[in-house]
Amino acid sequence: MTRKSTPKPAKRVGRPKVAWNLRLYVAGQTPRCLQAFANLKKLCDEHLPGVYHIEVIDLVQNPKLAQGDQILAIPTLVRRLPTPVRKIIGDLSNTERVLVGLDLRPHA
Amino acid sequence: MSRKERYARELGCGLDKVPTGIKGLDEITAGGLPKGRPTLVCGPAGCGKTLMAMEFLVHGAVQFDEPGVFMAFEETAPELAKNVVSLGFNLAALERRKKLLVDHVRVERNEIEETGEFDLEGLFVRLGHAIDLIGARRVVLDTIESLFSALPNPGIVRAELRRLFGWLKDRGVTAIVTAEKGDGSLTRHGLEEYVADCVLMLDHRVINQIATRRLRVVKYRGSVHGTNEYPFLIGHDGFSVLPITSIGLDYAVSSERVPTGVPRLDTMLGGGGYYRGSSVLASGTAGTGKTSLAGAFALASCARGERCLYFAFEEAPSQIARNLRSIGMDCEPAIAGGLLKFRAARPTGQGLESHLVEIRHLIDEFKPHAVIVDPVTNFVNVGGAEDVKSMLSRLIDLLKSRQITLMCTSLTAGGDNEQQSEVGISSLMDTWLLVRNLETAGERNRALYVLKSRGMAHSNQVREFVLSSRGIELVDVYIGTGTVLTGSARLAQEARERAEALNAQQEIDAKRHAIEHQRAVTEAEIAALTAKLKAGEEDMKRLTNGAAARAGVLAAEQAAMSKRRMADT
Repeated sequence: MTRKSTPKPAKRVGRPKVAWNLRLYVAGQTPRCLQAFANLKKLCDEHLPGVYHIEVIDLVQNPKLAQGDQILAIPTLVRRLPTPVRKIIGDLSNTERVLVGLDLRPHA
Repeated sequence: MSRKERYARELGCGLDKVPTGIKGLDEITAGGLPKGRPTLVCGPAGCGKTLMAMEFLVHGAVQFDEPGVFMAFEETAPELAKNVVSLGFNLAALERRKKLLVDHVRVERNEIEETGEFDLEGLFVRLGHAIDLIGARRVVLDTIESLFSALPNPGIVRAELRRLFGWLKDRGVTAIVTAEKGDGSLTRHGLEEYVADCVLMLDHRVINQIATRRLRVVKYRGSVHGTNEYPFLIGHDGFSVLPITSIGLDYAVSSERVPTGVPRLDTMLGGGGYYRGSSVLASGTAGTGKTSLAGAFALASCARGERCLYFAFEEAPSQIARNLRSIGMDCEPAIAGGLLKFRAARPTGQGLESHLVEIRHLIDEFKPHAVIVDPVTNFVNVGGAEDVKSMLSRLIDLLKSRQITLMCTSLTAGGDNEQQSEVGISSLMDTWLLVRNLETAGERNRALYVLKSRGMAHSNQVREFVLSSRGIELVDVYIGTGTVLTGSARLAQEARERAEALNAQQEIDAKRHAIEHQRAVTEAEIAALTAKLKAGEEDMKRLTNGAAARAGVLAAEQAAMSKRRMADT
């Protein structure tokens, strides 16, 4: 069971046309996982308005999927599109690092 | 309950153990690894940790019906499968039967960016899922230290590992965790602090250019265990620790004798030869004929139809055959008949344990009644004297338990300590023949004597040991007036004695003649005297007869006269 969150399909003025496909792996509804999702939503709304697509995968429900993306740490955010695949672990509280990891900002 | 489980239970010391199925390891650990707890296997690179862990799982799946999960952090599943094919493990088949599950966890440092607090629940989920999928009772984590190099926060990793081991304990699975050896500590990242129940250390050492693998049980909480370093081998069928389980000194003995190949030597040994299943040592300095003695024993064995296995560690088999032929012993018929088998190698080719495994393998294959090791002293080039003695004692135990007679030759350095063999193995041997050179009057001769022979009345005499084209002969040495003479001195003395005997004989003959002559003369005299006596008697008789006749005639005449004269009466 996954929860999808898509934005309203509207203004794409001046924004990159490539859709961002992000997958957040969590394990249950722990505070850290909820925190990670909240942080992610905030970040995406701020830096990728309208072009992102978040998929949340709960490994407790779907343990098999841990193997596919080689998930060890929880929470892990995987940027599937645009390629190359990037992995970010942690509750995403360090926004700087998240942006570096997602390659939205040059390395500090 | 299998034998191993019963054994584990007996020595369990209150602790439940899980047999590993690895030859020899269950004996050292008195039953196996602790059940439901993690065991740490550490060691330098290339010492066999992964193979051991894999073997633990495979045996568990095949022999003990315990499925296993292998979490590989370094190699991929296909790589692992290929690596263990050489041990005869078919991972694919086991995976199909749901007895084994190999999960490769790929962690790449450059892919991961840390952005806050995290935990390793993903690993737990994967592991839990894998365990549930096949109902695993055994788990291997190889090498869990990869997590430290991949994940940026060692503190979190350490905490999570502690949690992981607790989690494994809760789930009741027996786990093996492998780790690299650190400088000055058992593992690089100090895993031995959490995995504290049982720690095994593997080592791969090079001594005198020979590499030996060793294993040691560093720690085993709650159980008695062998504390020494044990050599082990990784062979065609996997790990073997202590390739020959030294069962100890408990075996049946035979009172049957086997001929030595030299008839007089049989006599010196109380008649009959060596005991079957005993160990014989023939030692001596160079060139004293030890190989010849060994060859004689081999051929005597083959002549009775009993197989003999000859391990030559110094000369090539063709050379030995040629040399034996020069003293009248032909090996060809025995070899052709499949009764004699030569196996030649230089000892420095492999480690002592590998030699032992190979010897054992050949013995299992050929099933000989006698084994010859010629010479034994070369092994000190491979390992120290202590190691060689240990290896030989295990070989002797193996052979004695199968009633196979062993003959070893040993090169001694000569000089005063001829009776001290270089490897100190004389105490392991039941019969000890010493061949030495005696140097007298400008020549060297060989002498043999039986230094000891347990359990039989043996001769204490020194015999001269002669090798000729007729074979091996034992000749009495000449011992007269306190000197021992051998060789040409002996021959000279023997010739002298023969001459003396001849002289004495001649003298006796001459005397006999003289006495007989004397007797003849005396007898002749007696005959003459007897004849004289007889003649006298005859005369006497004639005289008496004559007188009697005359008296008769006279009386008759008188009667006639008186009748004529018509006497008045």
